[in-house]
Amino acid sequence: MPIRKKPVDVVLVGMGLTATMIGKELAEAGLTVVGLERGVWRDTVPDFQSPAMHDELRYAVRQHLHQNPELETYTFRNNTNQTALPIRTLGSFLPGTDVGGAAVHWNGQTWRFLPSDFVTRSHYESKYGRNFIPADLTVQDWGVTYDELEPFYDRFEYLAGIGGQAGNLRGEIKPGGNPFEGPRSREYPNPPTKLAYAGALFANAALELGYRPFQVPSANMTATYTNPEGMTLQPCMVCGFCERFGCEHFAKSSPQVMLLPKLMEKENFELRTQAHVIKVLLDPDKKRATGVLYIDLDSRAEIEQPADLVILCSFGINNVKLLLNSGIGRPYDPRTGEGTIGKNYSYQTMASVSVFYPESVNINPFMGAGALGTAIDDYNGDNFDHSGLGFLGGAYVAAYTTGARPIEYHPVPPGTPRWGVDWKKAVRRHYNHTVGLTIHGSSMSARGNYLDLDPTYVDAYGQPLLRMTFDFPDSDVKMANYVAARTTEIARLMGGELVSPGDRSTPYSIVPYQTTHNTGGAIMGSDPTTSAVNRYLQSWDVPNVFVQGASAYPQNPGYNPTGTVGALAYWSAKAIREQYLKNPGPLVR
Amino acid sequence: MTEIARRELLQGASALGLAFALGSHASAQTQAAGQGSVYLFFTETEAQFIEAAVERLIPSEPEWPGARAVGVPYYIDLQLAGPYGRGDRLYLRGPFAVGLPGQGYQLALTPAQLYRTSLAAIAREFGPSTPFASLTDADKDRFLRRLEAGELTIDGFSSAIFFETLLANTIEGYFADPAYGGNRDMASWRMIGFPGAFAAYAAVYTRHGLKFDRAPMAMAEVAHHDDHHAAPATAGAAR
Repeated sequence: MPIRKKPVDVVLVGMGLTATMIGKELAEAGLTVVGLERGVWRDTVPDFQSPAMHDELRYAVRQHLHQNPELETYTFRNNTNQTALPIRTLGSFLPGTDVGGAAVHWNGQTWRFLPSDFVTRSHYESKYGRNFIPADLTVQDWGVTYDELEPFYDRFEYLAGIGGQAGNLRGEIKPGGNPFEGPRSREYPNPPTKLAYAGALFANAALELGYRPFQVPSANMTATYTNPEGMTLQPCMVCGFCERFGCEHFAKSSPQVMLLPKLMEKENFELRTQAHVIKVLLDPDKKRATGVLYIDLDSRAEIEQPADLVILCSFGINNVKLLLNSGIGRPYDPRTGEGTIGKNYSYQTMASVSVFYPESVNINPFMGAGALGTAIDDYNGDNFDHSGLGFLGGAYVAAYTTGARPIEYHPVPPGTPRWGVDWKKAVRRHYNHTVGLTIHGSSMSARGNYLDLDPTYVDAYGQPLLRMTFDFPDSDVKMANYVAARTTEIARLMGGELVSPGDRSTPYSIVPYQTTHNTGGAIMGSDPTTSAVNRYLQSWDVPNVFVQGASAYPQNPGYNPTGTVGALAYWSAKAIREQYLKNPGPLVR
Repeated sequence: MTEIARRELLQGASALGLAFALGSHASAQTQAAGQGSVYLFFTETEAQFIEAAVERLIPSEPEWPGARAVGVPYYIDLQLAGPYGRGDRLYLRGPFAVGLPGQGYQLALTPAQLYRTSLAAIAREFGPSTPFASLTDADKDRFLRRLEAGELTIDGFSSAIFFETLLANTIEGYFADPAYGGNRDMASWRMIGFPGAFAAYAAVYTRHGLKFDRAPMAMAEVAHHDDHHAAPATAGAAR
């Protein structure tokens, strides 16, 4: 029999970004809140300090801030004709673990989605006709609009101290910003980053072709900043150890520097670390959660934490695993298209183009910051005419200078041998003289891409692993290659000696790193037969369970997901505070 | 003991730094207490192959040392003797199947077991009289390309799996901080112009095209130079 803890009002599963935000909101409302984190406590001091933090091998290669696959991993196959096998060592994506979650090791590229991104199906059908969307795509509307989310985007950006330049201020297009963005109610809280050399070379070429470059919105501080919660963040030192690293300078918007200390001060909040949740407990008719069951990883004891409200705040696809292992909702079946849990797993369709320069051009790529980049948004979403193109969505194109740690960064031109003296000479010749352009594309949900429980493999706690069935749909491949061709045109004007276009081929592989933007599986929507949670991220099936994070995305737009994760968390928290607490039950009927 | 290891012990830790004229940062801090001069995991026969192989993967040139000279064999040895070698952070539950390339590593072997098994198979391939290390450079490269192409079968698996692991570990050791036993005297960082662990470019990143030629700094040096954040600025702790 598990040990039974004293009941609380709210239990949060996973203590990363969304749990910190929602925990603070609900603790402030006077509720007793317990946060359960499978990993350990850590803070900027001492855990993220140099010199030890500037260790590429430990953090970027051996992945010490990331989920340990020895304990928990996934199985993977491209389609249902294959047998899924375990992802034995993480590659293409890197979920976080420990207090602060992935918002400790993120880069800080903080975007809003386009207004049309929230109504993907109805937008394309009304503009291009009912037959425009390929039959294999299962894209849906979100059930929430950009205008509804705008105040919550704004609140998150002010919490996180985002540096940027408005491109659309209350409908007025402003020079220097992203002219394609939805209207924002006020300026960013901090000034934009300045142009790195790679960004300047890209911007000049993009301007020549009539595009409108701007600086990527950055959660690496561009000034000393005190946020509305009273937390002070420090300016970014541009050290080049950002993605996959914790920030030693209090300069990247992690929960630890922007909010968590304020939550920890609350007497009615308790954090328990090394508390690995294995199940949401339900009453016999599966209509109400009674709490969660977790393993205390110190004592190995099973512990029941009763709670009136259960909020899943772990990495998106891990929320899906917990829903499936708890028997909440109906698992998605790709043969019938019925069921909702695991449906519309999507990713991010990445491609790249490299420009190789003469030795006289010092790019200094190591002078980097996670969100230091210059982008154009002309080919994202439906910012360009899709008539006759045969695909949905798009990508932003950016010249990022995020750092150039040499185990993983040593670009060489195509045709260079993979080892030997010629490889070594090429590495030496090109390390400081190359610019890579990132094509950061949308990922449209498809009928055959989904998550379920693996029938064979288990984690260290005996639970089935989450099985991922995924390949890039044709629409995404066409999109990536189209934007790559446009990017190559820009790259040819950037003054290099050689332009090397990458293309997006299939099948998807879990081996090379691509991005940790795994979305869907517990998608939001307005219809309980086609979505797992309603517009407030509340489970349709078990109304005292809310599911935060990018698992809610019905498909993944062509931007980094964290800005919208933050906006949705505040949107959901407000609905819980102002509606659910007064009248616990379904917020949408 | 191998020839290069014996020389290092006799001549002292800064020998490599002097030999390659790589600047003023002596490599003493990376060579403390005999680190990188004795093998903890590899047998003598195994070490002979590794030393010869990594030198072909990243060869020495007159000005820029290769993988063997900067200690990569010792880096790999220390990795295999430690948590990485034991399969730290590697999911090793069965059942095991061959899988597709896009499904990644699927062997039931830890990295240490992978090396031991593969090096034994390679030793059998050559026999004791003419080991790999005794081949000409061209013949060494030919054999490594066979491994790379998966032309050997090692205990039921493709030699390409071992080759890719060896190549990845060689690149790691060549470019990782010297604290791990390779990249002695930060030779690889000097070669490409990476300034290393000490990093704060807020004042200079907007000076486009700047020739930035400060000598690199390793973590061990930063520990003595950097001004750290002294006191915790955050409230609260795990309760």
